[in-house]
Amino acid sequence: MSQYLLRRLLIALPSLLGISVVLFVVLALAPGDPFEELATNPNIPPEVRENIRIAFGLDDPIYIRYFRWLTAMLQGDWGFSFASRINVDDLILQRVGVTLLIIGSSQIVALAIALPVGVYAAARPYSIFDQIANTLAFIGFSLPPFFTGLLLILLFSIQLDWLPFVYRADIEATGWAFYWEHIKQAIMPVLVLGIFQGASWTRYVRSAVLDMIRLEYVTTARAKGLRERGVIIKHVVRNAMIPVVTLVALQMPAVFGGAIITEQIFRIPGIGSLLITAVLANDTPVIMAVTFVFAILVILFNLLADIIYGWLDPRITYR
Amino acid sequence: MTPWREAWRRFRRHKLAYGSLFVLAFMILAVTFGPLIWAVPINEIDFTARLQGPSWAHPMGTDDLGQDLLSRMLYGGRISIAVGLAAMAVAIIVGVIIGAIAGISRGSVDAALMWLTDLFLALPQLPLLVLVIYLFRDTLKEIAGPEFGVFVLIVVVIGAFRWMPVARLVRAQFFSLREKEFVEAARALGASTPRQVVRHILPNSLGPVIVAGTIDVAAAIIAESTLSFLGLGFPPDIPTWGRLLFDAKDYLDIAVHWALFPGAAIFLAVLTINYIGDGLRDALDPRKVM
Repeated sequence: MSQYLLRRLLIALPSLLGISVVLFVVLALAPGDPFEELATNPNIPPEVRENIRIAFGLDDPIYIRYFRWLTAMLQGDWGFSFASRINVDDLILQRVGVTLLIIGSSQIVALAIALPVGVYAAARPYSIFDQIANTLAFIGFSLPPFFTGLLLILLFSIQLDWLPFVYRADIEATGWAFYWEHIKQAIMPVLVLGIFQGASWTRYVRSAVLDMIRLEYVTTARAKGLRERGVIIKHVVRNAMIPVVTLVALQMPAVFGGAIITEQIFRIPGIGSLLITAVLANDTPVIMAVTFVFAILVILFNLLADIIYGWLDPRITYR
Repeated sequence: MTPWREAWRRFRRHKLAYGSLFVLAFMILAVTFGPLIWAVPINEIDFTARLQGPSWAHPMGTDDLGQDLLSRMLYGGRISIAVGLAAMAVAIIVGVIIGAIAGISRGSVDAALMWLTDLFLALPQLPLLVLVIYLFRDTLKEIAGPEFGVFVLIVVVIGAFRWMPVARLVRAQFFSLREKEFVEAARALGASTPRQVVRHILPNSLGPVIVAGTIDVAAAIIAESTLSFLGLGFPPDIPTWGRLLFDAKDYLDIAVHWALFPGAAIFLAVLTINYIGDGLRDALDPRKVM
């Protein structure tokens, strides 16, 4: 297992490098000066500006600038935010926790919806339950997250007045009340992401289980006289999960996209809303860093999927 | 019976897909010809009619400046659907070319192209979309005007992040098709590689591509609305469906209709396109028993 993990980590490195190249090329191709903030500041005289350009090496050839940027990133020197006036890595560290919490819980919600519904629907294909589940799944992944968010706010915050629609980091309550307030304000964001993911996963689970259930080893298990429940859970679902994990890993970039929107709607202080604020404030170092962090997170989650993959399918470990 | 007729017959069996086709056709007709019939200007400001609900004068109500929402919806629908179709075209063209090259040439070319495909699949798309639009928006606006420049940028960028599934599908199809007898026969008759690809392999691999393309239209509409909803899409004076939602979200408590109409329009367009894709999948898969 550890050897497999190490190999997977080594495979992840080139993709991370590839992503960093793509990011850097995009930035280098961009017209104008990314450090315009300093350039347009009237308090900085032109000769100082020229010195800054030379000091930062902005006139060097692109590959030298890339390697310099890469080594700086690796050493943890992520630059300085123009807008917030603090180091970018501190800014991101403050905010990445909330994002991971929301994404993590929404994935659990999605799994809690998709697994039972998908398996039950596939066990009785074309039944009424299957048809209703299928229709709801179609509606679920056709509803864009920003619209689901607004609908939930409309229902739970404005009509019923049960849940707050602005996420607050500074809750004064202590003890149980503190946790309760946090859970209450996380319900809607988690639901928005969870519904969207759960809907598409339900379809993956259903079709994967449907493919497995027709195989002969399942018939054998039934012929042995095992209970249907046991056949489905122990024999079918475990094998059906293998293709599902692949599809889920492929969906990870979309999940992070959804997280950005959710954070923006509910004003959650995570890295997604940080990205949008930074874009609107022309805060280039923060934009670069947040995009890179998203890339790292996508690759980390892919790695996690691979580990689950290896656990589900023991044959993979020895490859 | 020709294969296309057969596919159409099978498509009609999928009731929801068949119904969706009519709903989508109606939406496309409405946004194409609607502005000719409902000729209220999209930017006519009327402060006496602010934030009004649906009425005969304004069937979808008005926004905070008293602008008529029906005409803004129709105008925005044109852009949203045009972006969807154009981005789909970009994704399909890039995907088919890359998939075909990878599928017909073995070895290192194939490996390199597939590495590129996997790399693009691992990119965080929305952050990059936001980054690219942030960096290039102003330049393209100067070159091609605010509306067309942003249109081209959004279409190219969305297309550039959606071609990978198509490339994989085409490559997989090529791998199985190029060993089939009819391609071998063409090869034996002396057909050049481009001719084999264009005349024999490509037409037979189009089924899954059509399905993927349909779903790409829906994904592109969502992507464009998302960008507009984040305030990063078209300029504020051009009302796309996502932009209408973005403007409406601060008035959710007093003007629900403002958010509901564009949201429902996006939802309906995406839902019908997804159903049509599902119907096409059934119709174009010859192995599927109906």
